[in-house]
Amino acid sequence: MIPFNFIYYRPDSLQEAADIYSTLQSKGQKAVYFAGGSEIITMCRTGSIQPKAVIDIKNIPECGLLSLYNQKLQIGSVCTLNQISESKLFPLMRLACGRIADHTNQCRITLGGNLCGSIIYRETSLPLLLADAEITLYGPEGERTVPLRSVFYQCMQLKPGEMIVQVQIPVWALSARHYHIKKTANEKIDYPLVSVAAICKDSKLRLAFSGICSYPFRSEQMESALNQQTKSFEERVKQAAELLPEPVYADAEGSGEYRLFVFKNTLRQLLEDWDNGKI
Amino acid sequence: MVKYEGKVVIALQVNGEAHEVAVRPSDLLLDVLREQLGLTAAKPGCLNGDCGACTIMLDGWPVKSCLMLAVEAEGHVVLTVEGLNGTAPIQKAFVDADAFQCGYCTSGFLMVCHALKTQNPLMPKENIIEEWLQSNLCRCTGYQEIRRAVRLMYEST
Amino acid sequence: MNTAIGKSVRRKDAWDKVTGKALYTDDFPISGVLAARLLTSTCAHARILHIDISKALGIKGVKAVLTGADCPELFGPLLQDRPALARDVVRYAGEPVALVVATDKPTAERAVRLIKVDYEPLAVVLTPSQAMAEGTPLIHKQVNGYKKLLTDIYPEAGTNIASRYRMQKGNTAEAFQRCKVLVEQRFFLPPSAHLAMEVRTARAEISSDGSVLITASSQSPYSVRKQLSEAFLIPAGKIQVRVPYVGGGFGGKAPVMLEVLAFLASRSVGGKAVRLTIPREQDMASAPCRMGLEADLKVGVDENGLIQAADLTYLLDCGAYTDISPYMTKAIAMDCTGPYHIENLSCDAICVYTNHTYVTSFRGFSHESFTFCIERVLDMLASKCSLDPLEFRIRNAIRPGSLTPSQVECTASLTGDLTKCLNNIKQLAQWNGGNAVPIKENTVRAKGVACFWKTENPPTDAISGAMITFNPDGSMNLNTGVVEMGSNGQTHLAQILAEKLQVDADQVHVVTSVDTRTAPEHWKTVASLTEYMAGLAVVRAADDLLEQLRSNGSQVFGCPADEIEVANGRVFSKKNPEQFIAFKDIVQGYKSQQGESIGEPVLGRGGFMLKGLSMLDPQTGQGKTGPEWTLGAQVVEVEADLKAFSYRILNASTVIDVGKVINPESMRAMIAGGMAMGISLSSREAYIYDQDGIPRLPNLRTYKLMHIGQEPDYRVGFVETPEDNSPYGLRSFAEHGVIGIPAALGNALAAAFGRQLVILPLTPETIWRTPSEEHV
Repeated sequence: MIPFNFIYYRPDSLQEAADIYSTLQSKGQKAVYFAGGSEIITMCRTGSIQPKAVIDIKNIPECGLLSLYNQKLQIGSVCTLNQISESKLFPLMRLACGRIADHTNQCRITLGGNLCGSIIYRETSLPLLLADAEITLYGPEGERTVPLRSVFYQCMQLKPGEMIVQVQIPVWALSARHYHIKKTANEKIDYPLVSVAAICKDSKLRLAFSGICSYPFRSEQMESALNQQTKSFEERVKQAAELLPEPVYADAEGSGEYRLFVFKNTLRQLLEDWDNGKI
Repeated sequence: MVKYEGKVVIALQVNGEAHEVAVRPSDLLLDVLREQLGLTAAKPGCLNGDCGACTIMLDGWPVKSCLMLAVEAEGHVVLTVEGLNGTAPIQKAFVDADAFQCGYCTSGFLMVCHALKTQNPLMPKENIIEEWLQSNLCRCTGYQEIRRAVRLMYEST
Repeated sequence: MNTAIGKSVRRKDAWDKVTGKALYTDDFPISGVLAARLLTSTCAHARILHIDISKALGIKGVKAVLTGADCPELFGPLLQDRPALARDVVRYAGEPVALVVATDKPTAERAVRLIKVDYEPLAVVLTPSQAMAEGTPLIHKQVNGYKKLLTDIYPEAGTNIASRYRMQKGNTAEAFQRCKVLVEQRFFLPPSAHLAMEVRTARAEISSDGSVLITASSQSPYSVRKQLSEAFLIPAGKIQVRVPYVGGGFGGKAPVMLEVLAFLASRSVGGKAVRLTIPREQDMASAPCRMGLEADLKVGVDENGLIQAADLTYLLDCGAYTDISPYMTKAIAMDCTGPYHIENLSCDAICVYTNHTYVTSFRGFSHESFTFCIERVLDMLASKCSLDPLEFRIRNAIRPGSLTPSQVECTASLTGDLTKCLNNIKQLAQWNGGNAVPIKENTVRAKGVACFWKTENPPTDAISGAMITFNPDGSMNLNTGVVEMGSNGQTHLAQILAEKLQVDADQVHVVTSVDTRTAPEHWKTVASLTEYMAGLAVVRAADDLLEQLRSNGSQVFGCPADEIEVANGRVFSKKNPEQFIAFKDIVQGYKSQQGESIGEPVLGRGGFMLKGLSMLDPQTGQGKTGPEWTLGAQVVEVEADLKAFSYRILNASTVIDVGKVINPESMRAMIAGGMAMGISLSSREAYIYDQDGIPRLPNLRTYKLMHIGQEPDYRVGFVETPEDNSPYGLRSFAEHGVIGIPAALGNALAAAFGRQLVILPLTPETIWRTPSEEHV
């Protein structure tokens, strides 16, 4: 039960959606874009947000695309994690989507919602960062398509009123060798202690992480450390851990020390598997 | 474009019947099913999407009705346990396998299993069954009986 | 020949539950019913300086806002120490502070969020040992000033001690001298949640004549009646309590809490019907949870591997209020050693207040907690003696002639056969000595064993009853005060009745809901005593039926009543079985072909009151609190990754002496469910409090229960040593699957990782943090 009411809009176009947002904003009224709704509904229920309006963007055609076009895979922002998995078009993304929340929730949680979520893990960002994905955004100032990494720094850096329309993934990434591992405290359905996604590009590993710090990231410095073929696994892992962009995240799921222990184990496992041709 | 403000009348397709209900846009599908349509099989367990007791089927897929607005269900096909009419193979399978004790999580599990069969008419691998059923919690059984029910459901048809 | 006992009779509630037709408390229509919501404390310990309800009252649709000032009464089943709404001070984060009644839930919730409370924080007490320390702030200023409802509650003035129970047997000081091997160990178990899938909820309405109607998700409808009657001076007969299906209880729905609040809510609006619903977050933080425990154990063994002495201290963390905790503390004392022959014992079991959520009975009634400690110590001792832990347990197993901690002499009937359970589990669990076995690099498999036993701790005068009527088709209706919350008591009682009447169990219909107006009182649906207590009432009611059937039969056949036999739904003379009358023709009295009426309609009733129980001697603990014991052995096998400190539970086995297997499938399912709960709570469940005593976001996102995919293969074996006084020799069994599992898991993991695991839950991080044995 959500104790308060809001206005519900279901626009049919990007333009309509942005117009609604601008109009409300000019009246000083808070609106949120709404797709799968899981997080927004929860936050409304518990009282951490109280929007005046929700703008359901699931009826906007561009946001629902899921297809190969022009050497790129387009994934609309309102595609559910389950739709992305079931399409089987992007194997690494499929692995990541399969480990976010649970299967039934994967039928509701959307790509856009996961990228923009307030929960810090945003694990769909990992495959996209590794694949040099581009992202198309739409807002009151119109549409723009930019590399994801230019607007995803810790979390989505959107302008007011901007929404995600879709992401585009170059085809090389769809068939690249890849690796995904998520470690949780105990239960499989849980936030990650450590999530690692890796993809092989030009015989080098690219790596992105969630859970180990307070935001998801790809680190080229850590990649360099881990790609040093001449050094032992142990040395590479140690160096990579020293290059974490911030102190290790800690909460009740896992202390910082323990997360780091799990992180190092996971990286070592990854390097071994890489070495053994298991990736 | 749709705009709903205040209290609005929407049309819902539930268990093969067309219903008109007056809702607030912020009303949850779970509450509308239970409190307005009297369909109380779907249960509130956590209202946070974690327990699955409120699971219903929407267009053939499982959905936790505590994390969905009633207005979002417009134009979609909603199925609850009441709509299974006691004749779905999973219902008899649950009885035969003793797949419940207190029964509170049962409706949610039934709908996940029914959706599983809808999407996978032939028995999928055990890991797929697990993946789907991990969306729901049961505090009474040890899950073994529920697994057995899923097998019985597939074997019965 | 058995017609019903020993058969896997299908659950009576089965089709209701798979069609959505089983109605739970909040499933009833809500038109015309007002909604109540709670505001709860954001501080663990604070003085309430001011509560501003003016804004909440100003909302359209709000009918009433209540605070502690509106309810001076105190509540509690043993010690009346708890206000319905906090008065002057809050003692745990989550404590109810205000209650709003409004036209609907959203309105009530909006109003709740507009209530402003000013708190002045007080120092918090977060562990039992801290609560016991000198100079610690007192959570209750005058703990000995509260009204005691039973005489064996012993609050200690000027302390945080709510009650204490001692066991003294033999001479421990002398006996420790003889010991060759000693283990002294401290344990820490955090509080955790019941997590019944149905959140606790209640409805109330009051008629113009003062009659009160409560509908609640409760294991204790008769306690609701009693407590409301006593607190608000309403004649008990004017209070009607209805309990429909209950979505899981596990002890958590035995206390009376929301029922009182719903009553207050209804009273505040002129008796209108009110439903009080709470979100899962409040069900976890505000309603009572499972106990925490600290323990200091010292146990010694002689050169023959025989336990000579035990010195045991258990501190039960009861949270801010006692509820039933003093009796859980007593239950610890009663069974404190586990099912072993120990002649020299000193035990101190203490119930201690902290600023945690208050606790109540949880499946196992404290046994799942203390058993972890004592059974871990047994493994440590076995290891020091270089003995197979299972053989070590056989060597020390309790046996006829042994004295329990409270000095009750064991007999086969009273306690059952532990040695047989241990011997049987060797095969069931393929026991191989308990050492870790390498499987591959960094991976081992290991098994852990633990025993359990449990007697009950009801009031000495607890009662039960049964009423039986016939239908025109000759089938019966069985009406008891037993709540159906999953444990299938109704079906088992139907089987007992069917067996007595020598008919099929489908000839017995049960009343699955309880209404205190129509069902005879059954103490509470707790302590696994349904089949024992209500079962004996059913047996008596069945005897009553049989006597009436024989009387009718003797009049019809014109022979003495003792020549009449009743079986297979027929009444006939032993001398001429071919000539019989079907139940349908005689249960409502008999009408001859000439139209003559013969005999009387048959209505059965039976009552049962526990006998022979006693309070414990305050010095020595001598006494008997329950009618019987149930014991057994459990084994858990794990596969452990020594590098990652993760593990998988492969299988969990239980061999339990149930006296008599009355429904194999149902009892197996109940034991397996208990094992599942034991695995979940010992591997992942805990309330985590910050330094200010605020629980970490209490919801199912962060508080993890075991999901499907993590469950082991469950194996259940039964031993049948009959209990002489119970129906068909059965013993209580519904809770017991949980009791030894945390210990068996702990023992398996200790063997696998070579670490002395002494805290719960046994998460990979816990194991990783525990120093390996070489470093101890």
